[in-house]
Amino acid sequence: MGLDKPYLDIPGTTIFDTEQARRGYSLNQFCMSLMDAANRERFKADERAYLDEWDMTEEQKQGVLDRDLNALIATGGNIYFLAKIGATDGSSFQQMAGSMTGMSEDDYRAMMVAGGRSVEGNRYLHEWDGAAAEAEAAASQEAQR
Amino acid sequence: MTARITSTVYTSHVPAIGAAMDHGKTDEPYWAPLFEGYEPSRAWMADNTPDVIVLVYNDHATAFSLDIIPTFAIGTAAHFPVADEGWGPRPVPDVVGAPELASHIAQSVIQQDFDLTIVNRLPVDHGLTVPLSLLFGQPDAWPCPVIPIAVNVVQYPVPSGRRCLELGKAIRRALSSYDDDLNVQVWGTGGMSHQLQGMRAGLINRDFDSEFLDRLVADPEGLADMPHIEYVREAGSEGIELVMWLIARGAMADLAGEGPAPEVVHRFQHVPASNTSVGHLVLREPA
Repeated sequence: MGLDKPYLDIPGTTIFDTEQARRGYSLNQFCMSLMDAANRERFKADERAYLDEWDMTEEQKQGVLDRDLNALIATGGNIYFLAKIGATDGSSFQQMAGSMTGMSEDDYRAMMVAGGRSVEGNRYLHEWDGAAAEAEAAASQEAQR
Repeated sequence: MTARITSTVYTSHVPAIGAAMDHGKTDEPYWAPLFEGYEPSRAWMADNTPDVIVLVYNDHATAFSLDIIPTFAIGTAAHFPVADEGWGPRPVPDVVGAPELASHIAQSVIQQDFDLTIVNRLPVDHGLTVPLSLLFGQPDAWPCPVIPIAVNVVQYPVPSGRRCLELGKAIRRALSSYDDDLNVQVWGTGGMSHQLQGMRAGLINRDFDSEFLDRLVADPEGLADMPHIEYVREAGSEGIELVMWLIARGAMADLAGEGPAPEVVHRFQHVPASNTSVGHLVLREPA
C-alpha cells in the first residue's frame, strides 16, 4: 500500500511533497545559488553554461531557459526556490504566480484586486474536467452549425 | 515571578507588504486600506510592548535550502541578520535575540518530546520581518528582542495543526519555569488563503479565512483537528501556512486550564495584498 496523497485530486495544484522534492533537488539548489550576487552575474552572462554545471534534467534546464514555471513545478521545482529566478530577472511574486495561470499580467492583477480566484469550481479535478468537457462540447456544437 | 504570556498576535507576512513600506507606498490607494487596518494594533502595541516576542514564522528558501529541512527550529542566537532574498536585504533593523530565554525554551520543549532544531546562524526573511514592520512601523531598532521559531510549511508534509497547538502549549510550560519577570507575546504568522503556483494560482477563500479566525478564537482545539487537505483544497497550497497560528494560540491560558478565554483586542481582514488574503488578530489574556 502506497502513501496517501489526497491532494492529487486538487486541480491546477502540485504539492511539493517528498517525491517532488527528490525530483527537484538539483533544480531547487540551482535556484538557491542565485541568492549570491556573483552567481547571478555568471548565470546572466551565459545561462546555458551555468545550468550545465548542475545535475539537472534537460527538461528542467529548458524550463529555466524558457522561464516556464509550470514545467519547472511539474519537474520538482518549488515556488519559493523558483522565486530566486524571478528575483534575478526583476519579477515580482505576482508576476511569477500570474505567469502560471495562462492569464495576462493585467488580467491576473485585476482578478486579485476583485477578490481573487474563487474556490467554487476549483476544489476537485473532476470540476475542471467537467468544465473542459462542457467547453469542448459547446465548441463542437458550434462547429457543426 | 516567571515569564508570562500576556497576549498573542496573528498576521499574514506577505513580502509585498514589506516592499510597500520600504518604498514609501503605504498611502497609495492599493495599500492604504491594508495599513489602516493595522493602525489600532500599532497604537495598542505602543502601550503594550512586550519584553520579548516569540515569533513563529516560516523560512521561504532563505536560511534553509533543501539541504536541511527542520520541521521546528528555534533561533538561540543573540543576533539575526536581515536576509537578502534576492531583491537585496530589506532596509529594516537587524533582529536582536534573547539567547538565555531561547536556550531555556529549547531545553524545556525538547524534554517535552518536541524535537526542536537549535539554530544559531539564521538570516531572517520577510516571514519574520514583515510582521515586525506591520506592528511596529519603521523604527531605528525593534523595540524588544525576538526569539524566532521557524516551521517547515514549504515541503510537504508540514506539521499537523494538532502538533502545532501542542507545541504552543509546551512553549507556555517552558516560559512558566523561567525565573524572570518577563512580559512575553507569542506571534503566529503566515496565511491566510493564497496559492502561488499552478493554474489555480490566485485562489482566495475569504469565507474560509473568516471562519478560521472565528474558530481560532473560540474553538482552537477543534480547529487543530482540521486535516492538511482541507487547508490546501479550501485555502490554497500556500494557505497551509495557517497551521503556524495554532502554535501561538496553543500558548494561551485557557487551553492550559489556567484562565478564561482570551479577549479580542483587534481583528482585521483585507483582500488582496499581492496574491494573498490578509488576516490579523490580537488576543490578550483578561486582566
